[in-house]
Amino acid sequence: MSSVIAIVCFLVLAPFLGGFLDGLDRKISARMQGRIGPPVLQPFYDVHKLIHKQTIVVNKAQTFLMLTYMAVQLFVGVLFFAGSDILMCFFLLSTGATFLVFAGSVTHSPLSTLGTNRELLQMMAYEPAVLLACLGFYLAPPDHTFVVSELIQTPVSAILYLPGFFVAFVFILTIKMRKSPFDLATAHHAHQEVVKGITTELGAKNFAIYTITEWYEKVFLLAVVALFVVNANPLSYIAAVVVALAVWFLEILIDNTCARVKWDVLLKVTWVVTLLAAGVNMLILMLVF
Amino acid sequence: MAKVKKSPWVLHYDGASCNGCDIEVLACLTPVYDAERFGIVNTGDPMQADILLLTGGINAQCQEVVKQIYEQMPRPKVVVAVGTCACTGGVFKEAYNILGGADTTVPVDIYVPGCAARPQSIIDGIVKAVALFQQRSDEHDKGIVNGSREGES
Repeated sequence: MSSVIAIVCFLVLAPFLGGFLDGLDRKISARMQGRIGPPVLQPFYDVHKLIHKQTIVVNKAQTFLMLTYMAVQLFVGVLFFAGSDILMCFFLLSTGATFLVFAGSVTHSPLSTLGTNRELLQMMAYEPAVLLACLGFYLAPPDHTFVVSELIQTPVSAILYLPGFFVAFVFILTIKMRKSPFDLATAHHAHQEVVKGITTELGAKNFAIYTITEWYEKVFLLAVVALFVVNANPLSYIAAVVVALAVWFLEILIDNTCARVKWDVLLKVTWVVTLLAAGVNMLILMLVF
Repeated sequence: MAKVKKSPWVLHYDGASCNGCDIEVLACLTPVYDAERFGIVNTGDPMQADILLLTGGINAQCQEVVKQIYEQMPRPKVVVAVGTCACTGGVFKEAYNILGGADTTVPVDIYVPGCAARPQSIIDGIVKAVALFQQRSDEHDKGIVNGSREGES
């Protein structure tokens, strides 16, 4: 029963929470740059407007692919909040991202294709850290499990066993949240990179679908961050929310203080951090426990 | 009626300008003027833009580009000509390669004169464009297209 409530809460509240975080993000970014910034509800105004614009579709497959992308990403969150297998969640997350890649490449636009290639490269960069994070949750004592509903019942927080995995995951979160310096495929804010990268050829309505999906995805990713902290003690949920918000703020800070890097730097830095942080952590876990 | 006026996304295209107006357009986004407080975003993508900001006169080379950008923008949309060159052709009007102002190529709704146009007047022009954008959106929802000049190409 509680999992049904969690699923319904996710499906209904996640877009509002994601959009609200997005608005706060824009406000905080503006303040960091010495500007007043847009209203906190601005992302909702944007999506509302995008939905009301004329439908323009470059390729008929686009709408289908974008809706599939949204459906799969929603299903990822549903699986996670239902307390299902975390490995399955991340496999599905990558599957969903593939549909976005298809949507970006069906138009044959050079700008969109370049953005799509960069998206594939980004996936190559972050995928090891994501898979290792799953493995880390499994290796963390005492109960070796991939199931989220059992992971949240551990006596001590997973982060105590998995600090390296946590660092690697937060590092690749910059890529997943499309923040500078790793916003090669498309930028999160109004920043332009190869026009709008992978979303260049998305018409207004498809872009609205994309934005809402990003909100769902953001809530899911922050929930995974929270999973590192949650344990059997109910008070840990408060700590988990604090940690998730702190990570979210750190991403905004990184976004506003770093310039965009080239693709080879992205790949090297991400893999080195993943190997050093998560890899060493994994070795210790396997040898000691 | 959809309240779209809170989210005007601007696409800036530089025709044959001297870059004076372009610098002033970008100055609108700096901390001093901060156009984003009105929800204005400087997007690079015509398919997601609402307001087309044209600077500089139109020459034979950029005419097709301006036309294409305009046609790629989804309705409702508004065109703003920023600077004397975009309004009339300016000092380049008699030059052999210049066809004239932006209205020789696309239907211009708001004219912002000045050489270079000051950020204050650009923001004022955009605010007027936003009101027109809302009006067109209401007409668009009712299915009226001919009420505005959007049907033309």
